[in-house]
Amino acid sequence: MNKEQRLKKRHNAEKRFKLYGLTSILLAIFFVIFLLNAIFSKGSGAFLKTTIDVEVNFDADTLELSESPPLEDLENTDYYELAIDSILKVKKVNGLTEEKLLINLFSPDYEYEIRNFLLDNPKALNQTTVLKLTASDDFDQLHKGNYPRELPEERRRINNFQLNLYDELVNEGKVNKIFNSYLFTKGDSRNPELAGIGGALVGSFFTIVITLLLSFPIAIAASVYLEEFAPKNKITDFIEININNLAAVPSIVFGLLGLGILLGTFHLPRSTPLVAGITLALMTLPRIIIPCRASLKAVPPSIREGALAIGASKVQSVTHHVLPLAIPGTLSGTIIGLAQALGETAPLILIGMVAFVVDIPSIPTDPSASLPVQVYLWSEQAERGFVEKTSATIMVLLSFLITLNFIAVYLRQKFERKW
Amino acid sequence: MNIIILLLVTIFSYLSFLYGRSRIRKITSTQSIKINALPNYYGYYLALWCALPALIILLFWSIFEPAIIKYLISQTLIQNDLNYSSEQLNLLYQKIRSLYEGNFSGTLTEEIKIGVKNYENLQTIAQNSKIVLLLSTFIAAISYGIFRISKNNKARHDVEKILTGLLFVCSLVAILTTMGIIFSLLFESLKFFSAINIFDFLFGMNWSPQRAFVSDASAITALEYENLKGAFGSVPLFAGTAFIALIAMLVAVPIGLFSGIYMAEYASSKVRKYSKPIIEILAGIPTVVYGFFAALTVGPFFRELGEKLNLEVSSESALAAGLVMGVMIIPYVSSLSDDVINAVPQSLRDGSYAIGATKSETIKNVVIPAALPGIVGSVLLAVSRAIGETMIVVMAAGLAANLTINPLESTTTITTQIVMLLIGDQEFDSPKTQSAFALGLTLFFATLILNYIALRFVKKYREKYE
Repeated sequence: MNKEQRLKKRHNAEKRFKLYGLTSILLAIFFVIFLLNAIFSKGSGAFLKTTIDVEVNFDADTLELSESPPLEDLENTDYYELAIDSILKVKKVNGLTEEKLLINLFSPDYEYEIRNFLLDNPKALNQTTVLKLTASDDFDQLHKGNYPRELPEERRRINNFQLNLYDELVNEGKVNKIFNSYLFTKGDSRNPELAGIGGALVGSFFTIVITLLLSFPIAIAASVYLEEFAPKNKITDFIEININNLAAVPSIVFGLLGLGILLGTFHLPRSTPLVAGITLALMTLPRIIIPCRASLKAVPPSIREGALAIGASKVQSVTHHVLPLAIPGTLSGTIIGLAQALGETAPLILIGMVAFVVDIPSIPTDPSASLPVQVYLWSEQAERGFVEKTSATIMVLLSFLITLNFIAVYLRQKFERKW
Repeated sequence: MNIIILLLVTIFSYLSFLYGRSRIRKITSTQSIKINALPNYYGYYLALWCALPALIILLFWSIFEPAIIKYLISQTLIQNDLNYSSEQLNLLYQKIRSLYEGNFSGTLTEEIKIGVKNYENLQTIAQNSKIVLLLSTFIAAISYGIFRISKNNKARHDVEKILTGLLFVCSLVAILTTMGIIFSLLFESLKFFSAINIFDFLFGMNWSPQRAFVSDASAITALEYENLKGAFGSVPLFAGTAFIALIAMLVAVPIGLFSGIYMAEYASSKVRKYSKPIIEILAGIPTVVYGFFAALTVGPFFRELGEKLNLEVSSESALAAGLVMGVMIIPYVSSLSDDVINAVPQSLRDGSYAIGATKSETIKNVVIPAALPGIVGSVLLAVSRAIGETMIVVMAAGLAANLTINPLESTTTITTQIVMLLIGDQEFDSPKTQSAFALGLTLFFATLILNYIALRFVKKYREKYE
């Protein structure tokens, strides 16, 4: 091998090496895009729901109501007859079996949807209105093109009769897609088309507020002590080692801590945002303390010395000068810590937040779900509609995380100081 | 109740702040002496005397009240019938509590009714004595505070001392958390190890906790004991955990390391500026999202691919879980190794270039060997993340504990089993529940040791170049 060949070989090796690096980066970026694309393409459908137009005649006699009934009566009267009658008028069908098949086109909540409409518009009594009733999950998926209608009939839950009904309704323009407000207002449900993340949103909100209220003040106090006041001795060394270790302890261990101590010893209520908030606060604490200390450390000693020189005490120099300068820096670290806590699932599962909760919690000691746990719960469900719902929940969760991270970046850039 | 007390404490603290401030002003205006601190500090001083003792009492009261009431109730129950085992007592107490709280279900016995009456009585007594204690402490503390103020004490000095003390207490929370973790894990684990030999747990080859059904924990029959002994061998879990972590590292280390190298050595600042945040998105995505992705997209994809190739691939294969976990870990490896490589002094590179090496030769022969301890440290940190990772394996890896090295089969991990043992309603005193804590303890120590070693590596590396 002569000189030129050797050089060429070495330069080729150089090119290859560079290519490996580039490929790795492109691969990593590809994963990001692929992952987000897989979630978003599946989830975007859940923001719309399929409805079927039904003409409802709110006849006071059928509803056994007086001519101008009080709201209470409107709420308590039986809407079942009216609902079934109106639905059966959508298409002409013969016999009980066919009637049942037609009714199955609709989500089982039709009765309440009709009731809620009348409660919102009491003037509609004795008038005929076209309502958009929610279609059942299978037809929702069919209309969104996710249902395999090519399958032979015996392998489908929708039979040919229903398929024909559906096609005719589509041709008449009675099947529509509208914005799915249930997704944000309802709690969990066994029926995908009626399930929403309202409960999970409120649960996550309570949880994160408790986490913030507990972890932020304690983290600031601890960082101030360790950076400004702590004497260099064994106790403070031990505290430091502890903080660094805790930051790396797997989150599931904090779940065991919550289960063993908060639920087992203190008998706090299971499945509640209160316990979740405390558990996540303990987990987040070291993750906030570390950036807080960094931002305190970044305040130059001249500030402290200046304060001390004009007669301030040590505490005054910290509370009047160092802390106000360091707080903006600590905020972005705190927000990133909270964003991690918001996406945390495993500890919440252990403290029982996997319970099936239909009601939307009103106080932090009500049983509740949270966004990431809702993702986990729905991902275990077999119905096709839940796949869409899960992806949509992830989209909502990710949009919160992205917003939080943007706020953190913005704060960092806005308040970043070069001393 | 507690909320009202807290509210009152806040109001009274504010009032005592105002009082303390005006008090010292009055003293100085009438006696024309020099005060030792700004008037505000006397206000703070009195407010602290008002709030702190009350809060401390409230805290300890809330911690100890349930335990004491439980003890007293148990005593009366024992007096009626001496033959109760501690489990039965616990159960009875739970029933009494739930009846008191109004969500009782099951049969009501006379005993429970009496117990609830007792419970109610004790609650009222506790309530009243709490209020009396709080009030008397408040009066004593506030009078002492006022007495000190009228002596013109060094209020700022005292306030600052208390403040520093409070800060110190806050920094102790980290230690308390660690202690809480260790105690809660150890406590349940010890109960577990009293039923199952620790060596059977650590070296047993068979994990099937569903077999460990015990009718009565206090009287385990010989057959049940044999069953128990064979049910909690955790070697398959350790193996599964290590195996999935290995697959994850096989993905994350090459990609992460090469990305880190490229970012540190080759990339223009523009490429760096955009690609680094994009890769770090991977670290910000919640793990439950990866789990969903693995279970729904990657797992089925591998199974279909396997069908085409005539391979039998489980839909919960270790490969799918490991691969997705690897993707999750890429940014940890890449950004840490990026930092580490950036910290290698330029002089080393310049020396290598000076004797004619190409850039890649410099990286391979000079930069990486110099940065090796740091890289090893970051890889170890990534490993510790991988074995502690829960949601991906819960959602995408299997539940059955197979001892296998075939990545296409399903395996299970420590974290998966902890979740599976503790999900839903569980009875607290069964070996099944306790075994989850024993697994947690092993996991805690494994990650602790890994982190310790990793940090030692990184520290040593830093010392070398700083």
